Amino acid sequence: MGRPPPRSRFAPDRLVGARLRRSPAYDTAVLRLVLIGLVAGLFSALFGVGGGILIVPLLILAAGFLERPATATSLAAIGITALAGTITYAFHGHVDVGYAALVGLPAAAGAVAGSTLQQRIHARVLSLGFAALLVGVAVWLLAG
Amino acid sequence: MSPGTIAAALALGFAAGLLAGLFGVGGGILFVPTLLGLGLGQLDAEATSLLAILPTVAAGVWRQSGYGHVRWRPALWLGLASIAGVQLGVVIATSLPEHVLRRLFGVLVLGVAVQLAWRALRPRAALPR
Repeated sequence: MGRPPPRSRFAPDRLVGARLRRSPAYDTAVLRLVLIGLVAGLFSALFGVGGGILIVPLLILAAGFLERPATATSLAAIGITALAGTITYAFHGHVDVGYAALVGLPAAAGAVAGSTLQQRIHARVLSLGFAALLVGVAVWLLAG
Repeated sequence: MSPGTIAAALALGFAAGLLAGLFGVGGGILFVPTLLGLGLGQLDAEATSLLAILPTVAAGVWRQSGYGHVRWRPALWLGLASIAGVQLGVVIATSLPEHVLRRLFGVLVLGVAVQLAWRALRPRAALPR
């Protein structure tokens, strides 16, 4: 697969870009983003996940994003969400910094590798592998 | 903690990051079970997972912004709105019994597995990649 050509700053999928910002559509776009953010924040704090699994499809289906911008924009939003969650939970005394570093730092390296791969391959096999791993995890959680 | 346990935690952390980079999922879906395996309770694992997400997301955003995919203004709206949702989520999570929270999380993991499999198996033409 060849790389797609670099997208223009003013490509149509650039939601809330310079062109849209001057149109009435901007207002509903912001409202949609705020609603998606509210739901994603609740979901994130309840389950200790970023919420990307919710944000990415919602951005595609309800806010007109393409898949890759949705994925990337979701990651940036999750940074704010996870920070808010960490601070809020820290007031209850639940955050273990040592364990967070133990899994979080290798994950940062994994994220770099993953986003590089995303540009180069159709991650079908990997995707199915992860799905199988998650089924195993779910069985452990539900049966344990 | 034994060296084997540490190695397993590091490997699962790397795998969680790989998932994050590939699919835009923050990695928490694997952090929480890993932290449970290390002996944390469900609530502690979830709270700690949120902190572990931060370096993962920072690395992911750094890469994705290099490719020009991040839409900063929508991300800011999403993130700021999520802060209010987070407050409610923490209230609910801290008031639920941990075994209930664990079961709910198990259902979520199953749902994510189904979504990943669906995205991998659906007909190709639907969206440009």
